[in-house]
Amino acid sequence: MSDVTATRHPGLNLNHTDRETHDRAESVMFGFWVFMMSDLVLFAVLFATYAAQSVHGIAGGPAPAEIFELKSTLWQTLVLLTSSFTMGLAALALKYRDDRRRLVLWLLVTAALGGTFLYLEGADWLRMARDHGAVPQVSGFLSIFYALTGTHFLHVSAAMVWIGVMLVQIGRFGLKPEVKLRVMRLAILWHLLDVVWIGIFTFVFLFGVVQ
Amino acid sequence: MTPFGLLDWSDLVFAGFLRDPSVNEAVASAAGAFAVLGAVAALVVLTVKGWWRPLWSGWLTSLDHKRIGIMYVVLGLVMFARAIAEASVMRAQQMAALGEPGFLSAEHFGQLFTTHGTIMIFFVAMPLLTGIINFVMPLQIGARDVTFPLVNAVSLALTAAGAALLMVSLVVGRFSTGGWSGYPPFTGAAFSPGEGVDYWIWAVTLSSLGSTLTGMNFAVTIYKERCPGMHLFRMPLFTWTALCTSILMIFAMAPLTVATLMLALDRYAGFHFFTAGSGGDMMNYANLFWLFGHPEVYILILPAFGVWSEVFSTFSGKTLYGYTSLVIATMCIAVLSFTVWLHHFFTMGQAASINAVFGVATMLIGVPTGVKVYDWLLTMVRGRIRFRVPLILGCYFLATFVIGGLTGVLLANPTVDYGTHNSLFLVAHFHNMLIPGLLFGMFAAIHFWFPKAFGFRLHEGLGVLSAFLWMGGFLCAFMPLYALGLMGGMRRMAQLPEGPFGPLLAVALLGALMIAAGFAVFVLQLWWSVRHRDRLAVPHGDPWDGRTLEWALPAPPPEWNFAVLPEVDRRDPFDAAKLAGIAYALPDRYEDIEMPANSAVAPALGAAAFAVAFGLVWHIWWLVAFGLAAALAAIVARSFVTETTRTIPAAHVRQVTEGWRSIARVATPCPRRAEATGANRGRARPQQ
Amino acid sequence: MRLIPCLPVLLAASLAGPAVAETGTQAGFLWAAGPIAEAQRAHFLSIIGWMSVVIVPLFVALPVVLWRYRAGGPGAFRPDWGNSPLGEAVLWGVPALLVAVLGWNLWTETLRMDPYAPLGPDPLVIDVVTWNWGFVFVHGAAGVAEVDRLTIPAGRPVTLRMTSDSVMQSVFIPRLAGQLYAMPGMVTELNLAADGPGTFTGRNSQYNGPGFATQSFDVIALPAGEYDARIAQLAAMEGTLDAAGFDALKGDDAARPQGFGAVSDGFLAEIVGRYADPRMAGMVH
Repeated sequence: MSDVTATRHPGLNLNHTDRETHDRAESVMFGFWVFMMSDLVLFAVLFATYAAQSVHGIAGGPAPAEIFELKSTLWQTLVLLTSSFTMGLAALALKYRDDRRRLVLWLLVTAALGGTFLYLEGADWLRMARDHGAVPQVSGFLSIFYALTGTHFLHVSAAMVWIGVMLVQIGRFGLKPEVKLRVMRLAILWHLLDVVWIGIFTFVFLFGVVQ
Repeated sequence: MTPFGLLDWSDLVFAGFLRDPSVNEAVASAAGAFAVLGAVAALVVLTVKGWWRPLWSGWLTSLDHKRIGIMYVVLGLVMFARAIAEASVMRAQQMAALGEPGFLSAEHFGQLFTTHGTIMIFFVAMPLLTGIINFVMPLQIGARDVTFPLVNAVSLALTAAGAALLMVSLVVGRFSTGGWSGYPPFTGAAFSPGEGVDYWIWAVTLSSLGSTLTGMNFAVTIYKERCPGMHLFRMPLFTWTALCTSILMIFAMAPLTVATLMLALDRYAGFHFFTAGSGGDMMNYANLFWLFGHPEVYILILPAFGVWSEVFSTFSGKTLYGYTSLVIATMCIAVLSFTVWLHHFFTMGQAASINAVFGVATMLIGVPTGVKVYDWLLTMVRGRIRFRVPLILGCYFLATFVIGGLTGVLLANPTVDYGTHNSLFLVAHFHNMLIPGLLFGMFAAIHFWFPKAFGFRLHEGLGVLSAFLWMGGFLCAFMPLYALGLMGGMRRMAQLPEGPFGPLLAVALLGALMIAAGFAVFVLQLWWSVRHRDRLAVPHGDPWDGRTLEWALPAPPPEWNFAVLPEVDRRDPFDAAKLAGIAYALPDRYEDIEMPANSAVAPALGAAAFAVAFGLVWHIWWLVAFGLAAALAAIVARSFVTETTRTIPAAHVRQVTEGWRSIARVATPCPRRAEATGANRGRARPQQ
Repeated sequence: MRLIPCLPVLLAASLAGPAVAETGTQAGFLWAAGPIAEAQRAHFLSIIGWMSVVIVPLFVALPVVLWRYRAGGPGAFRPDWGNSPLGEAVLWGVPALLVAVLGWNLWTETLRMDPYAPLGPDPLVIDVVTWNWGFVFVHGAAGVAEVDRLTIPAGRPVTLRMTSDSVMQSVFIPRLAGQLYAMPGMVTELNLAADGPGTFTGRNSQYNGPGFATQSFDVIALPAGEYDARIAQLAAMEGTLDAAGFDALKGDDAARPQGFGAVSDGFLAEIVGRYADPRMAGMVH
């Protein structure tokens, strides 16, 4: 038992299982962190491109300050931050209580907030396109703006699908170690997308309006 | 629009020949026919021999890292054959086209240099090194598999889907003419309409996704799956280079994926990332591409450095000189590789001081590389050098690599680069690094580890013959290009002006043909060795007096690699065990072993990825949607599979292990002077 | 310093020298005809000289080691020898020192050979516009232009201001100036000079489609008097090079005029403005 404690994964409650499961969990979680790192490189490259083209690539089209509306963006940010908090509550329910209902509840709340975020962001895009003719085909700036926010949007959508699959798996398999590990990785992805959004909010929207 | 998008009968390469029966179209049709016949022949052989079932259950659905590695190498060799043929056709065209158009159209020539470069980098070099690492690295660290066996199979499937796309482009439609680096705005919709660039985009994207996953998998495996006692600084050098390469893959492939997807958005949806005008920035593409492209160069060369380290040490019967130095040098190169990308476009008009910074950074890489070269030389000092094929290639590598290093330092100087950029001098330089460095390294690795993978050696004499053809061929093919470049010959020219270029081009053509002949001899060697495998058999598993853990296993190794996970307390543990006389001791007890069960998910994802890519190239949107849905369904369905492993009973492990060891223990050890003869059955007599 | 490079010079010359002597115009910077190419050549040779410090020992030692330590050879067998502090110091120290020297040379030479730096006072400014597949050279001061042929006065510094009306191209005059990209929507500058009268080949070195292989031009350096005569000859030609005339020129490969007697004001800026952000295009004058 002491052996198990030494190698136990800190974020997870797998205490009724053997050492190999913990070792395995360690590798899987580490692998997922590496995957996230590579994903961050992808966003970093998009941010770098945005830094260049939001200045040099306006090409007579609308400039950032003309199309951004901070009110809508602020709501998106608050919704997504809250969803990160509820995802944290889901992770706590997973770790400290063997309580499926609570876990499912918080996952559902997170999914609802995620859906709200996607709706708000989609509505914001529509507004820009309708009111300012700001579609990606207009300029280099708008191309990278939609590519950056769109990539984030796709990530959140994929994470929503993941939540759905996990809800089914929790119902079907209960809280098996594999299911716990998947929920844990889902939570990591979700928080990471939040971090990326903070970057987008600051770097794209706040800076854009200041200029 | 038909259900098949833009696809039409007239897109078949043979239709082009019927329209215009020229030599140019005949060459294209012949290549297409060759691809079709090759595929048909493969299908016929599989059917006649009844190999479909073993292929499916033993290979395509297998998650065994050794089999996946071998499939990667096979893929690389098949694509290599095409790339050599293309190189020879290009040189022949240039010979025929001094001051006149020659027999190929300029457009066709453009496709040839684009596919040649794309294939050599993404579908020859990457599969070869990924395959070798896949096979060797888990054995070297005393592991039973990689951390994520299914991801490993998926990486292979994605790479194979990209390669398949390239092969299909021989028959259906045309390929890009934008070079392997695909610079816009030339590759944008305005200047390159049609399917060519799209083929390039999706083939490269699939390959880069596969490589990203591979990099993560290898890195996690090396961090997490080492056997007890295998500290980082006890790892064999090949594993160290595999680690550095994996880290580079994790960080460097993403910029390429972003660049190709942005280019795709430009072409398909009218975005303006890299267009001329409307706020597009073509210089950003150069930055993104080479932010990938330069680390990529080291992704390619580092595993070969690892192979050379093993080769020099083993065939000198001696420990590696300067192990720590070599590790540090490898790490230095990996880190520095991210700081030099701008040297690929010194001539883009930025400030001289920026060029100077990147030039100095580039030259810094020369320091660790130089250290490595001398470490290898000193590894042979005080050894007993045996001139097997890998070592012959290795010595040739040392001699030619420093010439490549010299020209690399020259090119690192912006002052010189202004006069040599885009010239044949540059072409000579990178072939000088990649052929003796990477390709010969991979062929040395194939000779070195082939007996481990299949249980018999490759015929030595034919190996030496093909090695000498390659070595002579390389000199003839590329040394003249240095001179041609300095004489003003540019790369990618379908025709050169009349004048001084002819004689040197003739030598270069001869060299290309020699390399092709060397490859033919290599294929002959494989065929001969398979036919006479009994004579070459090395079942005891240690044909070269190896030093690291993979040689402690039978040849071929069992699926589970190690009956009992080894414990090591030093570098070169197997060499020490042999000297201590405990190399073939039997384990005390055996346990059940869990191995990953076969899965059809990887081939399914590969097929889906191919469908998506082919649909995108030809705008067959239903196929794209179908492929994406199938891929998603396969992934989700897999997450509901609960039985992902199967258990191998301890009794079976015991039977196999003792069956092998009881014979190996009493086998007559082979002295090194008889290494290349039938006396070598894979039990080595230690050298005192 | 000047002694060391003998060997590679011999090597390069023996490979290519006789052949180049036949034609003269097709050649690289080793056959320098201007100060930039001359500096490139000197720098090139000096690097080879310095690098021989690490290369020559390898070529000497490799055969010796292989002979001496071959299986059955005379060398002692010490399988555990894998380290020596002195060896490490030399192995890292020598290349590090060498790169320090080469790095210093690189830095100073790169700044000195900045393609944007004019080679003397009062350079002759010539605007260059490339397309698929050709070049037009505008002698701004004289108000004339020539096509696929660049006439310059020998001995006088020249500044090329370059842009492209198609894709990324690289304007390369190996024996005079090296190369720099010409890109749509942007202007880059390449400075050069010819030591004396002569004809030199220039070309685009960045692949841009089927006409790439033959997209070249002659650079003709003339003594001052003859240069003026050539300008006068151009001035007598018909036609004005403006945006419309340029597009007509691009469209008709069969009947390319040799030159234009007049050039519209701000021609270069107009071509750049086709691609540039309107706010940036104003910067070109």
